[in-house]
Amino acid sequence: MRTILTISAMWLLLNATVSHAQAPRAAANLEVKDVDNDDGTRLRLAWELSPDDNGKRTGNPVGGYRLERAATPPEDPPEGAEAERILIRGEFREVKVIDPGVTSFVDEKLVASRQYRYRLTALGPNEELSPAVLSAAPIAPVVQWFNKPKFWFGVFLLIVCGSVVLFIELARSGWDLKIRKVAGLEAVEEAVGRATETGRDILFIPGIQDINDIQTVAGLIVLNRVAELTAEYDAGLKVPTTRSLVMTMAQETVEGAYLKAGRSDLYNPDDIYYLTDEQFGFVAGVTGTMVRDKPAACFYMGAFYAESLIFAETGNTVGAIQIAGTAQPSQLPFFIAACDYVLIGEEFFAASAYLSGEPKQLGSLKGQDVGKLIGGLLILVGSLALTGAEFVSRYGLENTAGRYFRTLGEWLKNSFLGG
Amino acid sequence: MKRTIPILIASFVGFLLIFSKFIPPFEEWETKVSVWFDILAAFAFVLGGGNLLKNQIKKVHEQKPGWGFAAVTGIAFLATLVVGLFKVGVPPAFQTPEHVWSGEYMQEGSAFWWTYEYLYIPLAATMFATLAFYISSAAFRAFRAKNAEASLLLGTALIVLLGQTTFGSRLTEGLPESLSMLRIDSLKEMFLNVFNTFASRAIMIGIALGIVSTSLKVLLGVDQSYLGAD
Repeated sequence: MRTILTISAMWLLLNATVSHAQAPRAAANLEVKDVDNDDGTRLRLAWELSPDDNGKRTGNPVGGYRLERAATPPEDPPEGAEAERILIRGEFREVKVIDPGVTSFVDEKLVASRQYRYRLTALGPNEELSPAVLSAAPIAPVVQWFNKPKFWFGVFLLIVCGSVVLFIELARSGWDLKIRKVAGLEAVEEAVGRATETGRDILFIPGIQDINDIQTVAGLIVLNRVAELTAEYDAGLKVPTTRSLVMTMAQETVEGAYLKAGRSDLYNPDDIYYLTDEQFGFVAGVTGTMVRDKPAACFYMGAFYAESLIFAETGNTVGAIQIAGTAQPSQLPFFIAACDYVLIGEEFFAASAYLSGEPKQLGSLKGQDVGKLIGGLLILVGSLALTGAEFVSRYGLENTAGRYFRTLGEWLKNSFLGG
Repeated sequence: MKRTIPILIASFVGFLLIFSKFIPPFEEWETKVSVWFDILAAFAFVLGGGNLLKNQIKKVHEQKPGWGFAAVTGIAFLATLVVGLFKVGVPPAFQTPEHVWSGEYMQEGSAFWWTYEYLYIPLAATMFATLAFYISSAAFRAFRAKNAEASLLLGTALIVLLGQTTFGSRLTEGLPESLSMLRIDSLKEMFLNVFNTFASRAIMIGIALGIVSTSLKVLLGVDQSYLGAD
């Protein structure tokens, strides 16, 4: 009898020990801070892991951490699907079950007028609960009215914009501006001339993006200059588009150019037409037109993707003189391989000013140059500073100069690139 | 007037969005304006669809060269529009069987889904596949060693192409460790990560400044040519 009682007592003791061991120990030091430079909707939480947490997904005595929050004044009760998902215990509602090994979390979609307290409970493999750890004091997220890391970026932007405006005004007042020749733009007239001589059309494709892409706008501005020339030379102009809004704006642009050239009788709205929004459907339509109509000149001005080479190679096959301009660096090599002239990046954006020859437009190019100069100087100083710091550190000469170099380099990097 | 009002709207919204990038509570405005644009563009599709149909009918009617293609395009457009709008072959949604139109238009087995899966995707993939042939013909022309620059381009391209293959890597793996920087793998990495990166970054800086300048010209109304005649 005594033996049976002893075995039973030991069994109960063992069971109690095992079930107690399954509830993990609590996490510690739950800290809550406001997230800097945000709109007052986020708080950052950090804590120390439960001593039982080994950081692994499997074989971990801690299955996760249940994070809950209480708000003053209280949040509205959840509705619909949220009501089923969100657990509410007293004044606390569950925010998320966080994976083991994780020591921080950013709670989002909060309200700046509310104070929040948080509670974190470590969960055992079968959701056994550790004692909860509470955040020290209620905290409210704070609305920031200026994003400080973007300050120097803003200053740089102001200088560049200011330079553009300044040079436009200088040009308006008669200041002499020298602009280097761009071969691709010099060839525009040649291309239109050839189309007139051969009696064949000019094909102009303003990219495959919608009008909210600045490349499409830049393409339409170039289209305006090309249309003026085609009106003067009495050459045919076809403009297939992938977007309805681009078609509408291209029609307005071309009509305006023909009116300006005094040849509104030559304008035909059907020459600017919509094909499809689908990339390769558009490719099929345009290349079909190229093969059938054999245009004398093809202009590709805007945002292009995989279709760039298909267009340019088809144009090459039909013997068209081809001029391309895009700000898609990945497509530039394809255009360079297959076109006669390519406007690379900034040249594409400079095209409208260059072709118009208007002083106020040319002034904007000089403003760009100021930005380039400042950007170049910053890159040079930053590169020298970081190289100097690395040099000093590598040869064991860590001193005040080395620290200055590193601080300067890091400051430039974070202020202008990180904002 | 036709130009002034659009420019005023563009300037107001444009500058507002530029400032919103620096003011955290307003950073979300950009996304909201994008959604408005998408809604506007969806309505504008009526213009595009109408224009497409008008042009195809005109080509067929006037028997212009390639009118057969125009007929196929017009029929395909109308057929897709009808099966999509009227949800041909779409059963009612499981939750609301009493509503005949409640199913998803792209539901598996529907006519629209079939058109997309078995006509559109193969046709688009075919067009995309032609790119392989165009790359070959363009590369053949671009890599001819006509002068010193073209020869340099040819040599660089050869190293990068070889470096992407197992065969290329094996060619130089016998080089001693002291000459490891001359292995094709290392050369390829250097060309892609050093020369290619600094060249593309220079282009990107120029593009960024070009975008600033063009945007400013548009917002200030310095260049109004894209708006047509007044």
